[in-house]
Amino acid sequence: MQRKRKEKNKKAVKTALTHIFLIFLGLIMIYPLIWMFFSSFKPNNEIFGSLRLLPKQVIWDSYYRGWNSGQFTYGLYFKNSFILVIPVVLFTLISSALVAYGFARFNFPLKKILFSIMISTLMLPNAVIIIPRYILFNRFNWLNSYKPFTVPSIFACHPFFIFMMVQFFRGLPRELDESATIDGCNTFSILIRIHMPLLKPALFSAAIFQFIWTWNDFFNSLIYINSVRKYTISLALRMTLDTAAAANWNEILAMSTLAIVPSVLIFFFAQNYFVEGIATTGIKG
Amino acid sequence: MKGQSISERKRRQYVGLLYISPWLLGFLIFQLYPFVSSFVYSFTNYNMTSNFKFVGLKNYVEIFTRDSQFYNSLRVTIFYVLMAVPMKLVFALFIAMILNIRIKYVNFYRTVYYLPSILGGSVAVSVLWRFLFADNGLLNAILSFFGIPKIGWLSNPKLALFTISLLTVWQFGSSMVIFLAGLKQIPKELYEAATVDGISKPGMFFRITLPLLTPIILFNLVMQMIIAFQEFTASFVITSGGPMKATYLYAMKLYDEGFLFMKMGYASALSWILFIVIMIFTALIFKSSEYWTYYEDGGH
Repeated sequence: MQRKRKEKNKKAVKTALTHIFLIFLGLIMIYPLIWMFFSSFKPNNEIFGSLRLLPKQVIWDSYYRGWNSGQFTYGLYFKNSFILVIPVVLFTLISSALVAYGFARFNFPLKKILFSIMISTLMLPNAVIIIPRYILFNRFNWLNSYKPFTVPSIFACHPFFIFMMVQFFRGLPRELDESATIDGCNTFSILIRIHMPLLKPALFSAAIFQFIWTWNDFFNSLIYINSVRKYTISLALRMTLDTAAAANWNEILAMSTLAIVPSVLIFFFAQNYFVEGIATTGIKG
Repeated sequence: MKGQSISERKRRQYVGLLYISPWLLGFLIFQLYPFVSSFVYSFTNYNMTSNFKFVGLKNYVEIFTRDSQFYNSLRVTIFYVLMAVPMKLVFALFIAMILNIRIKYVNFYRTVYYLPSILGGSVAVSVLWRFLFADNGLLNAILSFFGIPKIGWLSNPKLALFTISLLTVWQFGSSMVIFLAGLKQIPKELYEAATVDGISKPGMFFRITLPLLTPIILFNLVMQMIIAFQEFTASFVITSGGPMKATYLYAMKLYDEGFLFMKMGYASALSWILFIVIMIFTALIFKSSEYWTYYEDGGH
């Protein structure tokens, strides 16, 4: 009895220690973001060299001034980001679902080879195709527009999502298709009426991933967009950082905080889809 | 499907092709064509003006013999990859192991640890990193509180690359989630049998957990490495490649040559060299994985 109790106590201590470690680690992980939020209300001398999290002297107008700091307001940059990101997400969902359906449910010549090509493009470094793409888009007169982002998404150029949805399609029983065929449905209405409702979780997690990736993208925006009027949040932030030069750091931190708000919100409202999406593709890869 | 006539089956074949046709077109126009033509461009002096000519191996010769920044950026990038990717994966596996012990609030921890992964690539976080690791930033303030002298996290050329790698490690959450899902698939009976056989905890880790997880480690390793070789935002926004080009990652070199100096032919040659380097690293990992990857069905 005595020994058993001892063992039980030992286990409780161990669990407690594990929790303390996990909480401590979580704090380290999140602290930079909390610090960013509170520092956006601090004057310069408190942002640097101070350990205090809460500002001694609260700067209330950093958000207002940061928002209106440049030639245009951040309202425009937010609007631009949404105008770029939302079509990309929608087109990616539609095109990836169609292509994944094709790969998962039909036999056609060269299917195996085409599928392996599609998978291998997952590993194709973007760096090696970026220059001819730029030249191509220049020839199409697409530079300084959002077409370099939207058009490739119409053509399912994000193999990650095709792959993810193929995995989901494979999980749906084929009997569904067969009985629907007997009922006289054609392949497209099977996709729309029977698969789509079941595919909702996959579509949802693909949408979230694509939203956040496109929202965060910097490199492509940097090379394709050059007029300030069309700047996305990423480009605007870097511009503010460059031009502010030691002036008002709280404004930059304020705008950085705002820039991550959409991603953080989406993440908290839909985190289960996230985790499922990444686990499915990861494991079966 | 037996009841279907031959023409019906043929029709079905073309329907399949129809569904994948958006991807097929996209692949040909936006991936294959650029892939092949960047190879062709790498033998030209193309610079966005209309007339350009083939210059043979000139770009490559210049890169290897006269471009000292090429060697620097390649070295910096390889260091970065060798530092950031293993740190990230070891950390991700370590935390996944802890969360896999049946402990309460796993979902809460998972959420907290995952959050940085979704923000890590953004400019906002790079801006934040610049503040935290500045000479008089938060981290040095903490150190001086404990009486430790200031460290030049971003201003010391020997440390700056490490500080940027920390940003990569901070985003360990997505790898952790993949590991966690993998750990859940390992049958509990194996551990029970091992306990009966009197195998210690570390023994179980090395003889059960690690071998069964190797396919997932391989997947994570390859994908993370390919991504790390192309890291751009961190060095561009946080350090602008400095100090003294100590964080001048290859993607920045590529950007400077291609999009700043508009030397598209030269940059194409650089991009193909990067491609070959990535291929060599990938091949090395796959080749070596034959010795360290375990597949349950015994096949590959």
